[in-house]
Amino acid sequence: MSIQYYIILCLTLFSIGVVGVLTRRNAIIVFMCIELMLNAVNLLLVAFSKMYHGAALQSAANTTAGIDAQIFVFFIMVVAAAEVSVGLAIIVMMYRNTHSVDINFLNRLKN
Amino acid sequence: MSTVDILFYLLSAFAIVSATMVLISKNPIHSVLWLILVFFAISGHYILLNAQFLAIVNIIVYAGAIMVLFLFVIMLMNIKKDAEPQKQLLVKLTGVVAAGSLLTLLIAVVKQTTQIQDKQVLLKEGSIGLIHPLGQALFTDYVIPFEISSVLFLSAMVGAVIIGKK
Repeated sequence: MSIQYYIILCLTLFSIGVVGVLTRRNAIIVFMCIELMLNAVNLLLVAFSKMYHGAALQSAANTTAGIDAQIFVFFIMVVAAAEVSVGLAIIVMMYRNTHSVDINFLNRLKN
Repeated sequence: MSTVDILFYLLSAFAIVSATMVLISKNPIHSVLWLILVFFAISGHYILLNAQFLAIVNIIVYAGAIMVLFLFVIMLMNIKKDAEPQKQLLVKLTGVVAAGSLLTLLIAVVKQTTQIQDKQVLLKEGSIGLIHPLGQALFTDYVIPFEISSVLFLSAMVGAVIIGKK
Protein backbone atom coordinates (compact mmCIF):
# COMPACT_ATOMS: atom_id res chain seq x y z
CA MET A 1 0.00 0.00 0.00
CA SER A 2 1.45 3.34 -1.02
CA ILE A 3 2.04 5.93 1.69
CA GLN A 4 0.07 8.48 -0.32
CA TYR A 5 -3.20 6.70 0.34
CA TYR A 6 -2.56 6.87 4.05
CA ILE A 7 -1.65 10.56 3.86
CA ILE A 8 -4.82 11.35 1.93
CA LEU A 9 -7.00 9.35 4.34
CA CYS A 10 -5.50 11.10 7.35
CA LEU A 11 -5.80 14.52 5.71
CA THR A 12 -9.46 13.82 5.02
CA LEU A 13 -10.12 12.83 8.63
CA PHE A 14 -8.19 15.89 9.83
CA SER A 15 -10.18 18.20 7.57
CA ILE A 16 -13.45 16.74 8.81
CA GLY A 17 -12.24 17.59 12.31
CA VAL A 18 -11.41 21.13 11.20
CA VAL A 19 -14.90 21.53 9.71
CA GLY A 20 -16.39 20.38 13.01
CA VAL A 21 -14.34 22.85 15.04
CA LEU A 22 -15.28 25.70 12.71
CA THR A 23 -18.99 25.00 12.26
CA ARG A 24 -20.39 23.49 15.47
CA ARG A 25 -21.30 25.55 18.52
CA ASN A 26 -21.61 22.80 21.10
CA ALA A 27 -18.37 22.81 23.11
CA ILE A 28 -18.47 19.03 23.57
CA ILE A 29 -18.73 18.39 19.84
CA VAL A 30 -15.86 20.80 19.22
CA PHE A 31 -13.83 18.87 21.76
CA MET A 32 -14.71 15.58 20.07
CA CYS A 33 -13.57 16.96 16.73
CA ILE A 34 -10.23 17.83 18.30
CA GLU A 35 -9.96 14.19 19.39
CA LEU A 36 -10.71 13.18 15.80
CA MET A 37 -7.86 15.36 14.54
CA LEU A 38 -5.50 13.85 17.13
CA ASN A 39 -6.43 10.37 15.96
CA ALA A 40 -5.84 11.25 12.31
CA VAL A 41 -2.34 12.41 13.22
CA ASN A 42 -1.76 9.23 15.23
CA LEU A 43 -2.70 7.04 12.27
CA LEU A 44 -0.37 8.98 9.99
CA LEU A 45 2.50 8.60 12.49
CA VAL A 46 2.02 4.84 12.59
CA ALA A 47 1.88 4.67 8.79
CA PHE A 48 5.13 6.65 8.50
CA SER A 49 6.70 4.41 11.14
CA LYS A 50 5.87 1.32 9.09
CA MET A 51 7.12 2.99 5.92
CA TYR A 52 10.45 3.75 7.55
CA HIS A 53 10.63 0.29 9.09
CA GLY A 54 9.97 -1.38 5.76
CA ALA A 55 12.81 0.58 4.16
CA ALA A 56 15.18 -0.26 7.04
CA LEU A 57 14.31 -3.96 6.96
CA GLN A 58 15.96 -4.32 3.57
CA SER A 59 19.41 -3.53 4.92
CA ALA A 60 19.22 -5.14 8.37
CA ALA A 61 17.11 -8.16 9.25
CA ASN A 62 16.09 -7.48 12.85
CA THR A 63 16.16 -3.73 13.14
CA THR A 64 13.77 -1.77 15.32
CA ALA A 65 13.95 1.37 13.19
CA GLY A 66 10.71 3.28 13.23
CA ILE A 67 9.70 2.25 16.73
CA ASP A 68 10.05 5.85 17.97
CA ALA A 69 6.95 6.94 16.07
CA GLN A 70 4.85 4.31 17.81
CA ILE A 71 6.20 5.43 21.18
CA PHE A 72 5.22 8.99 20.21
CA VAL A 73 1.71 7.79 19.40
CA PHE A 74 1.56 6.15 22.80
CA PHE A 75 2.57 9.42 24.48
CA ILE A 76 0.06 11.37 22.38
CA MET A 77 -2.64 9.05 23.69
CA VAL A 78 -1.40 9.59 27.26
CA VAL A 79 -1.48 13.37 26.88
CA ALA A 80 -4.90 13.22 25.17
CA ALA A 81 -6.33 11.28 28.10
CA ALA A 82 -5.04 13.88 30.58
CA GLU A 83 -6.26 16.70 28.35
CA VAL A 84 -9.76 15.23 28.09
CA SER A 85 -10.13 14.90 31.84
CA VAL A 86 -9.21 18.55 32.45
CA GLY A 87 -11.13 19.81 29.40
CA LEU A 88 -14.34 18.06 30.36
CA ALA A 89 -13.99 19.40 33.90
CA ILE A 90 -13.75 22.89 32.42
CA ILE A 91 -16.82 22.29 30.24
CA VAL A 92 -18.78 21.05 33.27
CA MET A 93 -17.73 24.15 35.21
CA MET A 94 -18.77 26.35 32.30
CA TYR A 95 -22.12 24.57 32.12
CA ARG A 96 -22.64 25.14 35.81
CA ASN A 97 -22.00 28.88 35.43
CA THR A 98 -23.89 29.60 32.21
CA HIS A 99 -26.28 26.62 31.92
CA SER A 100 -25.21 26.18 28.35
CA VAL A 101 -22.34 24.62 26.43
CA ASP A 102 -22.59 27.15 23.61
CA ILE A 103 -19.10 28.42 22.84
CA ASN A 104 -20.46 31.78 21.73
CA PHE A 105 -21.11 32.59 25.39
CA LEU A 106 -17.39 32.50 25.99
CA ASN A 107 -16.57 35.84 24.42
CA ARG A 108 -16.13 37.81 27.61
CA LEU A 109 -12.44 38.32 26.93
CA LYS A 110 -13.37 40.17 23.76
CA ASN A 111 -13.86 43.62 25.25
CA MET B 1 -6.62 -6.40 -5.56
CA SER B 2 -5.53 -8.32 -2.49
CA THR B 3 -7.45 -8.82 0.74
CA VAL B 4 -5.33 -6.22 2.50
CA ASP B 5 -6.20 -3.60 -0.11
CA ILE B 6 -9.90 -4.37 0.16
CA LEU B 7 -9.70 -4.12 3.95
CA PHE B 8 -7.86 -0.81 3.68
CA TYR B 9 -10.51 0.71 1.43
CA LEU B 10 -13.37 -0.67 3.52
CA LEU B 11 -11.91 0.66 6.77
CA SER B 12 -11.12 4.01 5.19
CA ALA B 13 -14.63 4.44 3.83
CA PHE B 14 -16.03 3.36 7.20
CA ALA B 15 -13.86 5.88 9.05
CA ILE B 16 -14.68 8.78 6.74
CA VAL B 17 -18.43 8.09 6.69
CA SER B 18 -18.52 7.79 10.49
CA ALA B 19 -16.48 10.96 10.91
CA THR B 20 -18.90 12.82 8.66
CA MET B 21 -21.81 11.49 10.69
CA VAL B 22 -20.16 12.91 13.84
CA LEU B 23 -20.58 16.34 12.25
CA ILE B 24 -24.05 15.81 10.82
CA SER B 25 -25.73 14.31 13.89
CA LYS B 26 -27.88 16.78 15.79
CA ASN B 27 -27.95 14.72 18.96
CA PRO B 28 -24.61 14.84 20.84
CA ILE B 29 -25.02 11.25 22.02
CA HIS B 30 -25.23 10.06 18.43
CA SER B 31 -22.08 12.03 17.70
CA VAL B 32 -20.28 10.22 20.51
CA LEU B 33 -21.43 6.83 19.21
CA TRP B 34 -20.29 7.65 15.67
CA LEU B 35 -16.94 8.82 17.01
CA ILE B 36 -16.53 5.47 18.77
CA LEU B 37 -17.06 3.81 15.38
CA VAL B 38 -14.33 6.05 13.91
CA PHE B 39 -11.99 4.89 16.66
CA PHE B 40 -12.79 1.26 15.91
CA ALA B 41 -12.04 1.86 12.23
CA ILE B 42 -8.72 3.46 13.15
CA SER B 43 -7.96 0.49 15.40
CA GLY B 44 -8.63 -1.74 12.41
CA HIS B 45 -6.08 0.28 10.47
CA TYR B 46 -3.57 -0.25 13.29
CA ILE B 47 -4.14 -3.99 13.14
CA LEU B 48 -3.66 -3.86 9.38
CA LEU B 49 -0.34 -2.10 9.98
CA ASN B 50 0.56 -4.78 12.56
CA ALA B 51 0.64 -2.22 15.38
CA GLN B 52 -1.29 -4.49 17.70
CA PHE B 53 -0.35 -2.77 20.95
CA LEU B 54 -1.59 0.60 19.69
CA ALA B 55 -4.77 -1.01 18.37
CA ILE B 56 -5.61 -2.40 21.78
CA VAL B 57 -4.61 0.80 23.59
CA ASN B 58 -6.71 2.81 21.16
CA ILE B 59 -9.77 0.72 21.90
CA ILE B 60 -9.21 0.65 25.66
CA VAL B 61 -8.21 4.28 26.17
CA TYR B 62 -10.19 6.10 23.48
CA ALA B 63 -13.29 4.02 22.82
CA GLY B 64 -13.36 2.66 26.36
CA ALA B 65 -12.36 5.47 28.68
CA ILE B 66 -12.45 8.82 26.92
CA MET B 67 -15.70 8.35 25.03
CA VAL B 68 -17.43 6.97 28.13
CA LEU B 69 -16.30 10.14 29.89
CA PHE B 70 -17.87 12.20 27.10
CA LEU B 71 -21.09 10.20 27.37
CA PHE B 72 -21.16 10.71 31.14
CA VAL B 73 -20.76 14.45 30.79
CA ILE B 74 -23.42 14.72 28.07
CA MET B 75 -25.90 12.68 30.08
CA LEU B 76 -25.04 14.62 33.23
CA MET B 77 -25.87 17.90 31.52
CA ASN B 78 -29.19 16.74 30.14
CA ILE B 79 -28.86 18.77 26.96
CA LYS B 80 -32.00 18.91 24.89
CA LYS B 81 -31.76 17.57 21.39
CA ASP B 82 -32.55 20.87 19.72
CA ALA B 83 -31.01 23.10 22.35
CA GLU B 84 -27.90 23.76 20.32
CA PRO B 85 -28.35 27.03 18.49
CA GLN B 86 -27.22 26.70 14.92
CA LYS B 87 -24.59 28.91 13.46
CA GLN B 88 -25.58 31.06 10.53
CA LEU B 89 -25.44 29.39 7.17
CA LEU B 90 -22.73 31.78 6.02
CA VAL B 91 -20.47 30.83 8.94
CA LYS B 92 -21.02 27.14 8.25
CA LEU B 93 -20.30 27.58 4.57
CA THR B 94 -17.14 29.52 5.38
CA GLY B 95 -15.95 26.75 7.66
CA VAL B 96 -16.56 24.06 5.07
CA VAL B 97 -14.89 26.10 2.31
CA ALA B 98 -11.88 26.86 4.51
CA ALA B 99 -11.34 23.24 5.51
CA GLY B 100 -12.00 22.08 1.94
CA SER B 101 -9.36 24.40 0.53
CA LEU B 102 -6.93 23.23 3.20
CA LEU B 103 -7.60 19.63 2.17
CA THR B 104 -7.24 20.40 -1.54
CA LEU B 105 -4.01 22.30 -1.01
CA LEU B 106 -2.45 19.56 1.12
CA ILE B 107 -3.50 16.80 -1.28
CA ALA B 108 -2.00 18.76 -4.17
CA VAL B 109 1.27 19.06 -2.22
CA VAL B 110 1.25 15.34 -1.42
CA LYS B 111 0.59 14.45 -5.06
CA GLN B 112 3.50 16.58 -6.25
CA THR B 113 6.11 15.57 -3.68
CA THR B 114 8.56 13.31 -5.44
CA GLN B 115 10.29 11.97 -2.30
CA ILE B 116 7.28 9.90 -1.26
CA GLN B 117 6.16 9.01 -4.75
CA ASP B 118 7.07 5.31 -4.63
CA LYS B 119 7.33 4.72 -0.88
CA GLN B 120 5.43 1.67 0.35
CA VAL B 121 3.97 1.04 3.79
CA LEU B 122 4.76 -2.36 5.27
CA LEU B 123 1.41 -4.02 5.95
CA LYS B 124 0.87 -7.05 8.22
CA GLU B 125 4.61 -7.62 8.59
CA GLY B 126 7.32 -6.16 10.78
CA SER B 127 7.41 -6.72 14.52
CA ILE B 128 7.89 -3.18 15.88
CA GLY B 129 4.23 -2.84 16.76
CA LEU B 130 4.19 -5.81 19.11
CA ILE B 131 4.34 -5.47 22.87
CA HIS B 132 7.82 -6.87 23.37
CA PRO B 133 9.87 -4.40 21.27
CA LEU B 134 7.63 -1.49 22.29
CA GLY B 135 8.00 -2.29 25.99
CA GLN B 136 11.73 -2.66 25.63
CA ALA B 137 12.02 0.75 23.95
CA LEU B 138 9.63 2.35 26.42
CA PHE B 139 11.53 1.19 29.49
CA THR B 140 15.07 1.77 28.18
CA ASP B 141 15.24 4.77 25.84
CA TYR B 142 12.03 6.48 26.89
CA VAL B 143 11.90 5.75 30.60
CA ILE B 144 12.20 9.42 31.64
CA PRO B 145 9.29 10.65 29.46
CA PHE B 146 7.32 7.69 30.76
CA GLU B 147 7.89 8.76 34.36
CA ILE B 148 7.17 12.39 33.52
CA SER B 149 3.85 11.36 31.98
CA SER B 150 2.86 9.86 35.33
CA VAL B 151 3.48 13.27 36.92
CA LEU B 152 1.35 14.79 34.15
CA PHE B 153 -1.46 12.39 35.02
CA LEU B 154 -1.21 13.26 38.68
CA SER B 155 -1.42 16.98 37.94
CA ALA B 156 -4.31 16.44 35.51
CA MET B 157 -6.15 14.47 38.18
CA VAL B 158 -5.59 17.18 40.79
CA GLY B 159 -6.61 19.86 38.30
CA ALA B 160 -9.79 18.07 37.29
CA VAL B 161 -10.80 17.55 40.92
CA ILE B 162 -10.10 21.17 41.85
CA ILE B 163 -11.98 22.53 38.83
CA GLY B 164 -14.85 20.15 39.47
CA LYS B 165 -15.16 21.07 43.14
CA LYS B 166 -15.46 24.83 42.61
